Amino acid sequence: MNNLMAWLEERFNISAATKFAAKKKVPVFYGTVWYYLGGVSLFLFIIQVFTGILLILYYRPGATTAFESVKFIITKVQFGWLIREIHSWSANLFIFFLFAHMFSVFFSKAYRKPRELTWYSGMFLLFMALGFGFSGYLLPWNELSYFATKVGTDIAGAVPGIGEFVLRLLRAGDDVSGATLSRFYGIHVAILPAIFTLILGLHLVMIQVQGMSVPPEQENLPAEKKKYMPFFPNFAMRDFLIWLIVLNVIALLAVFFPWDLGIKADPLSPAPAGIRPEWYFMFMFQTLKLIPAHVLFIEGELLGILAFAFGGIVWFLVPLLDRKAHQGKRSKFWTFFGIALIVYMIVLTIWGYLV
Amino acid sequence: MNKQTRKKFLDTLLGGGLIAWLGAIIYPVSRYLVPPRTPDINPDSLDVGKVSDFQTNSAKIVRFGRKPAIVVRDKNDTFHALTAVCTHLDCTVQYKSDTEQIWCACHNGIYDLQGNNISGPPPRPLTQFKINFKNGKIFISRENMA
Repeated sequence: MNNLMAWLEERFNISAATKFAAKKKVPVFYGTVWYYLGGVSLFLFIIQVFTGILLILYYRPGATTAFESVKFIITKVQFGWLIREIHSWSANLFIFFLFAHMFSVFFSKAYRKPRELTWYSGMFLLFMALGFGFSGYLLPWNELSYFATKVGTDIAGAVPGIGEFVLRLLRAGDDVSGATLSRFYGIHVAILPAIFTLILGLHLVMIQVQGMSVPPEQENLPAEKKKYMPFFPNFAMRDFLIWLIVLNVIALLAVFFPWDLGIKADPLSPAPAGIRPEWYFMFMFQTLKLIPAHVLFIEGELLGILAFAFGGIVWFLVPLLDRKAHQGKRSKFWTFFGIALIVYMIVLTIWGYLV
Repeated sequence: MNKQTRKKFLDTLLGGGLIAWLGAIIYPVSRYLVPPRTPDINPDSLDVGKVSDFQTNSAKIVRFGRKPAIVVRDKNDTFHALTAVCTHLDCTVQYKSDTEQIWCACHNGIYDLQGNNISGPPPRPLTQFKINFKNGKIFISRENMA
């Protein structure tokens, strides 16, 4: 082992990296637990890549083959059901942990100077994760996913000016068809993973370079009151333990709560009752359901889309808008804004499932 | 020509070359991503079956050109033909025989049998098709499109 290290050291100066790793430390305070959320999200992404690659080996995109191939995977291929269930469950938990991670970052004001770019890159990762969810949802080509995709792409099509162009770009034509499926497949397994991995790399490098952020009141403590633990092995071992627990939870979910494959999509059958998108789009879906057809002179659908776009931009730009955070202070307005957003998302999501 | 001007000239040449090179990649790729428009297969009329195929107070969804259409035989044995695409977010609608209305399950949009949007989020009515009967068969056509 020592010989190998010496051999590598001679060629690559790896002691620079190991010295950096040895010095790496994590602040210990009441909020340390939130630091694990990013790591769990990363672990879930790794599971997605691994199970996704396995699914590719049997999945066949196309209106006449997609549903059948997923059915083949879960009924005929050995452990195919397990791989697909883990992929589906892990996808859902991935989005859940990304949201949890985002809100923990938001409430601890970690987006403030000098970590604005980490926040922006994280938001891009979240948008892409939602894109993964949306594109992956269609791939089994069942009734629910077919209509969810129709609705989702139609929403994009309602954007003034560029709507029709975006709609045709997403659908690979005027309607949701086998061509859309091919396109979504390409987006899901090639385009998004490539860009996601690149931005994820940047996100992680920025965190390594700048270290963990602490909330303003912790940062202002005198040096002797600040506590730390070494990243290696103390924090890393805790990280791995949580990853192990998450993996076990996914395995349990996959075995005891399998996802239904549903009925094959048929463009000539009416939208089934109880149609709904994935849970993380539910609050938007429910909002669109509640907005009346016309509000003053504007169509309700367009109003909803513009409101979501505006809300998304404000949330994205919070490092620029929250001036107090830069001065190391907590802004009551932004904390209230975050809480209001969480309450709104939870209430509308539950409402969507109850109605 | 002094050194400064030569450097500027070379910088412009290189910068311009880089932009042209990027354009030569981005333009064909972006054009490639936009699907070509395929000609519309829009038949003027469609045979949707025999009158006897439709039970009273029932409906059938058929493909009319690219889009689905819904043909309803109501309680009074009157036929109605409408586009089956909800004007809200593009879902395929269905006939509710208990309320004698057209219903979209996606966002609970409701239309009457003339296609008028009467409740829920749909912003516009469904387009009506003209119905003709010939030798016991039903034909729908776009002639009277609203």
